[in-house]
Amino acid sequence: MALSGVEIFKYLPKTNCKKCGHPTCLAFAMKLAAKQASLDSCPDASEDAKKLLGEAAAPPIRGITLGTGDKAVKVGDEICLFRHEKKFFNPNAFAVAIRASEAGDAAAKKIEAVKASEIDRVGQKLRVDAIAVADEGGDAAKFASVVKQVVDGAPGVPLILVSKNPAIIEAGITHCADKKPLIYAATAENAEAMAKIAKEKKASLAVAADGLDALTALSEKVKGLGVDDLVLDSGARKAKDMIEHLTIIRRAAIKKNFKPLGYPTIIFAGRDNAVAETVAAAVGVMKYASIVVLNSIEKWKMLALLSLRQNIYTDPQVPMQVAQNVYKVGDAKENSPLMITTNFSLSYFIVRGEVENSKVPSWLAVMDNEGLSVLTAWAAGKFTASKIAQFITESGVEKNVSHKELIIPGYVAVLSGALEEKLPGWKITVGPREANQLPTFLKARA
Amino acid sequence: MALAIPKETYSGKIYHVQLGTGAKAVTIGGASALPFLGFEGTFPNKPAVALEIMDIAPDDWPETLRKAIGGASASPVQWAKFCQQNGADIIALRLMGTHPDQKNKNPEEAAKVAAEVAAAVDIPLVILGSGHAEKDTQVLQAAAAATRGKNCAIGKAVEENYKTVAAAAMANDHKLIAMSQLDVNLAKQLNILLTQMGFDKERIIMDPMSSALGYGLEYTYSVMERIRLAALMQNDPMMQTPIVCDIGANVWKVKETLAPEAEVPEWGGLEDRALAWEAVTASAMVTAGADMLIMRHPGAAAKAKEVIAELM
Ligand code: B12
Ligand code: SF4
Repeated sequence: MALSGVEIFKYLPKTNCKKCGHPTCLAFAMKLAAKQASLDSCPDASEDAKKLLGEAAAPPIRGITLGTGDKAVKVGDEICLFRHEKKFFNPNAFAVAIRASEAGDAAAKKIEAVKASEIDRVGQKLRVDAIAVADEGGDAAKFASVVKQVVDGAPGVPLILVSKNPAIIEAGITHCADKKPLIYAATAENAEAMAKIAKEKKASLAVAADGLDALTALSEKVKGLGVDDLVLDSGARKAKDMIEHLTIIRRAAIKKNFKPLGYPTIIFAGRDNAVAETVAAAVGVMKYASIVVLNSIEKWKMLALLSLRQNIYTDPQVPMQVAQNVYKVGDAKENSPLMITTNFSLSYFIVRGEVENSKVPSWLAVMDNEGLSVLTAWAAGKFTASKIAQFITESGVEKNVSHKELIIPGYVAVLSGALEEKLPGWKITVGPREANQLPTFLKARA
Repeated sequence: MALAIPKETYSGKIYHVQLGTGAKAVTIGGASALPFLGFEGTFPNKPAVALEIMDIAPDDWPETLRKAIGGASASPVQWAKFCQQNGADIIALRLMGTHPDQKNKNPEEAAKVAAEVAAAVDIPLVILGSGHAEKDTQVLQAAAAATRGKNCAIGKAVEENYKTVAAAAMANDHKLIAMSQLDVNLAKQLNILLTQMGFDKERIIMDPMSSALGYGLEYTYSVMERIRLAALMQNDPMMQTPIVCDIGANVWKVKETLAPEAEVPEWGGLEDRALAWEAVTASAMVTAGADMLIMRHPGAAAKAKEVIAELM
């Protein structure tokens, strides 16, 4: 719950000693309330004040990091229910489950698939984030061997250890103790033992219960046992339960500051049919799942899910954009073709990708249209003949190319006449409408 | 600490809109809470899935899609029957052939097709123009008259042509699809203009303009969420019309539904990828509040129906 300046002031030393750099304690309190200062600046603050402010400043949903090193992923720490209110900050992690029975070849295949899962989309590198090793039948040695296989095969990839038997977790975690795995899961039956392992190994701990009331009780209990990094599973598997439970959890945390549910969430989207699994996982991505565990990670499935996640987690206020510039694609020379597009990241990366596919070295002039797509920018009057002409003239592109031919997107063919007028001496060529026709178009000219 | 379920109190509700007649009529809308939150509202009708057909052969539809439809697209009537057999709740006939850049068919030809299709199936019919605002006025007028009594939804009424299109729907007792461009205020504005000319607001279906997964989906998603919040929380009568998402046309032109695996090995198999692309787009739209989807691939539609069933 946010505190007001006056409330915070009550807990300050009230000596107005100025060591914090503010004229009075009250002035400093106001800055604290506005989150423009940190209590650390006051050397005389009491322990009480630190505790109180620390709690008030804690995010409504705790942020938790899975794994360590450059493949670690942070989940949770969200502040709103709808992306248009601000934005969603920490994209959910995707994990693939490897069952103990898959030890050996099947596991090796999945490990390779995880390592090869990285795709480049709109300038971002996206991939399967984690691997969940799932116990089956309670064979500790087998479980541990799969954990080891994963740790050796996919070094650095965050791990989720799935078993409700503390002895099994104990066996598996020896291979990844220093890698901040997530243990799944503490239940009402095993909470003490699991909490003990999590504390000893500094692992995060999922709490799994049947329904939200049981989950609340269990989360409080495990927190009371001294584990701070919790992840919640209410047992929801059906899409409807997922939406309802995850919404209630998110609302309780954000609107009511209800601490027992102020943690990231985990869902298991597994389905027999791969498309059905994709769609179920999609619901989780949109409606507040922090970790989505999948049975399989076909390339097409991950492309769809990672694209959805990217869509949902982009900043609604600021379209993803690239800098205005004339970009060189391949080994472009002075006689290479020159094309123009807008600085909306999506437009730029699609067009750039297709130009690269064509293997025809080219110049790509990217005009700042405040991150709008070609047609949107055109409709908004930001991609007009005069603006393009001004940009081309001022861009200095004439130093790069010896010719005066500009290829424009097919969707704005209507601009060609006016452009030729505004850019005397230039030839305007209308390119194809869709970027995927660019390779054919460029090759035919080369 | 016991959990008190944090419920919202909604003051508004989405209108019911019925399409078609008889035993196979379909009602959409009626939600009294944000999508699928059964603990605080009721959802008397599940989102309906329409499969799209055209008055011309789908020559410019991608291979994967044409294969899924097979020979059925040879005639609109056959195609419509095929869709009904393949689980469509509604048939969406797009009169694409009337577009001046296409076959430039005249309104009478289009009306004839609409009447034939309406007679061939007993599930409701959505009749869409080609998207050419000017031509659509005549085309939709003719098609609306030819299907009088069938309680269709006709559209799309847009800013440039809403008066004539709405008049055609009104004169022939049809429902209306009104499309604005990804903007909450524009959506509301169009509904206001329609009611001002005497069109009953409870006969409108709102199209916020769709986009495909990976290509602006987040804009449609958030516009829809905002429309639903205004309808339910602020009880805004101009936002309480059901929402339709016309997704097939957007999905089946992006590279992810077109490029063979050989060209983009890192994207995996085309068939599954394309089908999942439309199914995931569909699931995003229903999650944001869609009451009706217009889709193209029967397999993707089946997956959308599965997830809808799981959500109800
Ligand atoms: C998302 C979206 C928006 C978002 C903005 C997204 C953004 N950052 O640009 C928002 C909601 C803000 C928006 C607003 C508007 N929009 Co808008 N929007 C869309 C939508 C759904 C998708 C756009 C998109 O992201 N496309 C993907 C990108 C990659 O496409 P692209 O840049 O065109 O690039 C493709 C090609 O052009 C080509 N290409 C690109 N560069 C080059 C270069 C060369 C050399 C070549 C050969 C090819 C090429 O390759 C790409 C892929 O094939 C489209 C409809 C649709 N489904 O396409 C409408 C659309 C573009 N919007 C439209 C309109 C009218 C508007 C508004 C004016 C509406 C209004 N009245 O408010 C406003 C204007 C904005 C403003 N005033 O600020 C219209 C434009 C119609 C027209 N022909 O004039 C469209 C087409 C919708 C429609 N059918 O009516 N919009
Ligand atoms: S340093 Fe602490 S005690 Fe001194 S003025 Fe600032 S807030 Fe007050």
